[in-house]
Amino acid sequence: MVEIHSPEFKENARIALKDVNLQKALDQFKVGLPANRLKAVANLPEFDALRDQARDLKNHILENLDIYLDEFERKVNEQGGQVHWASTADDACRIIHEICEKVGAKTVTKGKSMISEEVGLNDYLEKRGIQPIETDLGEYILQLRKDQPSHIIAPAIHLTVPQVADTFHEHHKRPRTENGEELMTEAREMLRKKFVAADVGITGANFLVAETGSTIIVTNEGNGDLTQLLPDTHIAISSIEKVVPTLEDMSLFLRLLARSATGQEYSVYNSLSTGGRRDDEQDGPKNFHVVLVDNGRSNMLGGDFHEMLRCIRCGSCMNNCPVYGSIGGKAYGWVYPGPMGSVLTPQMVGIDKAGLLPNASTACGRCEEVCPVRIPLPKLMRHWREREFEQHLTPSSVRTGIRSWGWLARHPWLYRQAWSLGNKMMRFMGRKNGRIAKLPLASGWTDWRDMPAPSNKTFMQAYKEKKQGVKG
Amino acid sequence: MSREQVFANIRRGLKRGEPTSQQREATLARIQRKENNLIPARAQLPQTEQIELFREMATNAAAEIIDINSINELPTAVQSWLEQKGINQLVRGSSPDLEQLDWSQAENLSVDTRVAQVGDRASLTICFAGIAETGTLMLHSQAESPTSLNFLPDNHLVLLRKSQVVGIYEDAWKKLRETRGNHWPRTVNMITGPSRSGDIGQTLYMGAHGPCDLAIFMLDDL
Repeated sequence: MVEIHSPEFKENARIALKDVNLQKALDQFKVGLPANRLKAVANLPEFDALRDQARDLKNHILENLDIYLDEFERKVNEQGGQVHWASTADDACRIIHEICEKVGAKTVTKGKSMISEEVGLNDYLEKRGIQPIETDLGEYILQLRKDQPSHIIAPAIHLTVPQVADTFHEHHKRPRTENGEELMTEAREMLRKKFVAADVGITGANFLVAETGSTIIVTNEGNGDLTQLLPDTHIAISSIEKVVPTLEDMSLFLRLLARSATGQEYSVYNSLSTGGRRDDEQDGPKNFHVVLVDNGRSNMLGGDFHEMLRCIRCGSCMNNCPVYGSIGGKAYGWVYPGPMGSVLTPQMVGIDKAGLLPNASTACGRCEEVCPVRIPLPKLMRHWREREFEQHLTPSSVRTGIRSWGWLARHPWLYRQAWSLGNKMMRFMGRKNGRIAKLPLASGWTDWRDMPAPSNKTFMQAYKEKKQGVKG
Repeated sequence: MSREQVFANIRRGLKRGEPTSQQREATLARIQRKENNLIPARAQLPQTEQIELFREMATNAAAEIIDINSINELPTAVQSWLEQKGINQLVRGSSPDLEQLDWSQAENLSVDTRVAQVGDRASLTICFAGIAETGTLMLHSQAESPTSLNFLPDNHLVLLRKSQVVGIYEDAWKKLRETRGNHWPRTVNMITGPSRSGDIGQTLYMGAHGPCDLAIFMLDDL
């Protein structure tokens, strides 16, 4: 699996907040995609009802996951394809490498796939002498820069145009340009020959259709289609929870996916792959493989994080997250950033390493509000916080703080006295203009902004007076 | 073996053993029924209005629509569309619809019938359906219509008959099952407008890896 930097989250977040390029990119990001989504949702009055159905359908699928996966495999075989099962990330890499070796592959083109990032496929292949070539424009830029994706659908969202211009100038050996269209044309030209020369094309899959034994990819660039079309061998790698019963069921999810992700009515290319090239055809891959990866997902079934398996990877939760919008995706330190990542990462790498992620949430609930399959992300993050506390992984200062507060809260008279004393002190500190510029133990707040001084009564004092007023 | 391990893990999570044949049948009945889920009202219209909705949605997705009244107009319509872009070469599929045409009418155009190659400027294909809901074309692979024609050339030109327009994705799937049920195509492509990417500076540019332009020649066959 990919290297984990989640334990350094606090330091990474601090660096991210001071990164001028990143902050420029994020300023643009925060307004773009959420607004597009709102517009698309407004154009489809049935959107919320579709979300309810999608949630229920996913629940049904998960309850019968083994049955649908078994049926999917049967259908893939029937169509002349082959299904491979991978319990772990290492299994997945090994299986794909074996297929590549068997056909004597030297280069493989890749469509965008988060699961291939999760299992660390590129690294695995490179070490064994096979060159993986990322063809999604964002992933291509990142591969040249030896950088990691910072978003599950917009991987290079953290980069500005001048940064891309520098990278292309260095690697393409062409005159430097900051014209976005010219940069894209350059990448198009560079990748053209590689699409044709590749021996194997590896794509992800947004859904697996049990009815027909098909995988489907959803893209805007068309790189995924060229990847799965031109080489002699197509390998689709996918996680097990992506199976859906029928094409009708897939259509339900497709109505939600693009609108939630980019705010498009529909993505440009929605392409189904079913088996290999037919006898009378002159193009298309001869071999069709599907690698189904578990990597810890089956352990989530029936437990506290069961609902996370409904996720269709639209990225809407991170597009709308104030924390993600402030620090970007790379600070999270592993493959999946934002709210969905804060739930998935502890599951996959351990709460001992990823404990800071579910804590980096204001619990504002926006992620749950926009989730197309209604995953209660704040609740799931809270589950992780509880587990972290139960396993004594929370730092001792936090534990002592919470314990003291807990004791105080169980002694209401003392609690109110303490609060009213604190209230008086803070009012005194903010006596000039109602604002406090420096507060002990709260520099994380006051370094950036003033703390407003409290009103002249605590809540309990005001509550008591109001109650008496009503009685009188 | 990984397969057994994955299935055992799933069943442990679901707190049950291997499903009985009755459980299996009851679940898989959903696949037999192929029922629609909630269908948005948008495309539930008479066919003439569906065609107008298709036109509107495809245009919104940056596809271009050229109306023709007879299929015999296609060679010259294609030629004049390509001329505007300074293109005099075309590679096309070999379906009967395109084979029967008199391509010598497009006298300035050199027309090849083959799979696409790197460097091809334009291709012409048929399609299976037009889906009004989002202005989406449905194409599928077949000997007479190689899929590389849909993705490799810089410009993709498509013949769509008005009679092929349906309202929703589900209607297109039903139609595809009826015509291709036992010979399911290797690939089905739903295409909505030309290729694009927002990966450079979060600005949308057209023509990332697939065709930079999608031109739909809409034949009035009703």
